[in-house]
Amino acid sequence: MFINDLKILFHQGKQFIPDVTTTEVPGIFRGRPIITDAKCNEQEIIDLCPTDAISASPLRIDLGRCTFCGECAFANPEKIKFTKDYKMATNDRNRLIVSDDSPVEIDADKIRAEIQKLFGRSLKLREVSAAGDNSCEWELNATSNVNFDMGRFGIDFVASPRHADGIVVTGPISENMAEALEICYQATPAPKILILAGTDAISGGIFAGSRALNRSFLDKYKVDLYVPGNPVHPLAFVNGVLNLVRRKK
Amino acid sequence: MSFISVKNNQRIKFAEIPVLSYNELYNLIISELKDDANVHCVNYYGVPKGDKIQLICCLANDAKHIINIVSAIVSKNDTLQSVSATHLSFQLFEREIHENFGIGFDGHPWLKPVRYPHSAADKSQKIQNYPFYSIDSEELHEVGVGPIHAGIIEPGHFRFICNGEQILHLEIQLGYQHRGVENLFLLKKKLLQRATLAENIAGDTAIGHSLAFADAWESLCGFQPSKQLQLERALALEQERIAIHTGDLSGICTDIAYQLGNSVFGRLRTPLINYFQRWTGNRFAKGLIRPGKTNFPFTADLRDQWFDVIQAYKPDFIEMAEQMFDLPSVLSRIERTGIVEPQTALQIGMVGMAARASNLNRDVRASHPFGYYQILDYQPVMEPVGDVYCRARIRYDEVLRSVDIMSNIVNIMQFDNQQVKLGNPSPDSFVVSLVEGWRGEICHCAITDSNGDLKHYKVKDPSFHNWLGLALAVRNNEISDFPICNKSFDLSYSGHDL
Repeated sequence: MFINDLKILFHQGKQFIPDVTTTEVPGIFRGRPIITDAKCNEQEIIDLCPTDAISASPLRIDLGRCTFCGECAFANPEKIKFTKDYKMATNDRNRLIVSDDSPVEIDADKIRAEIQKLFGRSLKLREVSAAGDNSCEWELNATSNVNFDMGRFGIDFVASPRHADGIVVTGPISENMAEALEICYQATPAPKILILAGTDAISGGIFAGSRALNRSFLDKYKVDLYVPGNPVHPLAFVNGVLNLVRRKK
Repeated sequence: MSFISVKNNQRIKFAEIPVLSYNELYNLIISELKDDANVHCVNYYGVPKGDKIQLICCLANDAKHIINIVSAIVSKNDTLQSVSATHLSFQLFEREIHENFGIGFDGHPWLKPVRYPHSAADKSQKIQNYPFYSIDSEELHEVGVGPIHAGIIEPGHFRFICNGEQILHLEIQLGYQHRGVENLFLLKKKLLQRATLAENIAGDTAIGHSLAFADAWESLCGFQPSKQLQLERALALEQERIAIHTGDLSGICTDIAYQLGNSVFGRLRTPLINYFQRWTGNRFAKGLIRPGKTNFPFTADLRDQWFDVIQAYKPDFIEMAEQMFDLPSVLSRIERTGIVEPQTALQIGMVGMAARASNLNRDVRASHPFGYYQILDYQPVMEPVGDVYCRARIRYDEVLRSVDIMSNIVNIMQFDNQQVKLGNPSPDSFVVSLVEGWRGEICHCAITDSNGDLKHYKVKDPSFHNWLGLALAVRNNEISDFPICNKSFDLSYSGHDL
């Protein structure tokens, strides 16, 4: 029996990603888009978008609204290209709006002083799915698997808000979850951080405008990190959090 | 007085659906159901018609491979004779009709709220005040869990009544995930918006739901997908199935503290969903299924990559699963735990993988085949007992079966990607679209208006049938076995709440 266990272990080889900050994702992952200065019919591109993420003069894409369906790029391959860059997280909502080929970065000046001081070596997060569709939830679970292994940086998801240093919200926040989310946030001891993971959480995504949502929670509290994606890629999340809590050398 | 019989995805004129009095509808449903395991309700819902409600009932006959559709027009303040009083499989359908329109059902065992939708007939009902069943006894205690759970999962509330460590009763209250999906299908007018909505109904079933939508829409438009497109969609559906099944086996191992299984199955899921990323640019294949076209045509290179992925995956998967199902410490936790007897599964109308684990043969791929499955002659995988072991084991067996199907699919692909233009939906029409997602039977029903635009859209996730199965499965089990029972079903909260 024990021999079988050893065999299985041996057959797995090394599964962890040695450096999650530089690894390349396989395939044709649609991450941060770049917008060229090629000529195009802006209105046509705007009309294509299912979530009104694109606006004109100059043409720009709001990654907080984008579902990363890629339809705009298929119709205008010269103008819009989705790259494999998964580093799309930032603490400034405006920086999610992409209009050229510059990377999306965290604004270091806007990070609250206590975040890097207190959470730089250990960060415990409580996840709240507020009408999330279970794809972001699967991906956040995956951050802790043996491939991405976020725990190696001292970052873990915990079972209780009482044990947490911050809240991660997925989903567009339904009316029926609004109170539970508020209670969970209040139950987390201060100082605490607030992370929105996924397009649905950041803007409501395809559900924006539904009368079944209640997003007033976001009017009340300052968001420390936006991680775009539909769903968020585990690497987008891990890199975003690392860039938020770790001091740059 | 009878039904109109259709095939899966067969478009009919809405006016062709017979309209009966409610009493005739009731008698027809009762006589049709008559202890026949081949007949079950795939959808039963109300459509506003002026100030009245048209109830539409879709009963599938699995042996005859047809769906029988019939309707009745009733008033909002009517109190109707409840089908659930004798056939429990209707309990949630009738509760939903009651919640949406205020229609009463006489003899219904528990006419409680379903999901507290924003359009509920009685808006005074709040999710905070759900009327839980309770027992007044000094011997018993209640345990409330949720809506927020310890792990990273969707929200829902579980209320247990326990005698010591033993569960006597579990009531599951959902609705926290309600986003108004069905209403949004009508409000969002662009086809791409609707396709995006469909793949976000339950993000873990992006292929299943978006395929149900695409099938329905294409049928309304009179569009026949090419053989190549059908093959690609079947491949995606099976790939989604094996990815989630593998991930769920990891979850089951987590819940019994079997670390090796948790890690190995967890990492085995990664190449499967990364394959979706190679193909579609998204690990859940969001963006792949689009009515009338594909943005990601399958290539010979993708075929070779698929064989590479599966060749590396399969031996490791089998080795791990064989070890897991051979280990006494695993078996002692999952055998005879959380049993849904075959008779119970039939009575409450379970569907999909969980039904097949209780020896109830419900698989749309065999009974109402769609797309490529029409020429496949698929034989469902069944398990006899309905315990956690069977619901785990069926995942193992289904993964192997699906890998065989997919091997065949990629071998017969022609890689021709001729695009035929999608027309407009036909006016005043109706279609039922059934898809066997990894959880089970997904049902989308669409009605168009006189201009050919969507007038009504109804979504049913398999979880809608199966949540009661979980509530019954945990009775007389230890409360510490609840997580493993829950994971063995792995039902959708967002798919239920819409």
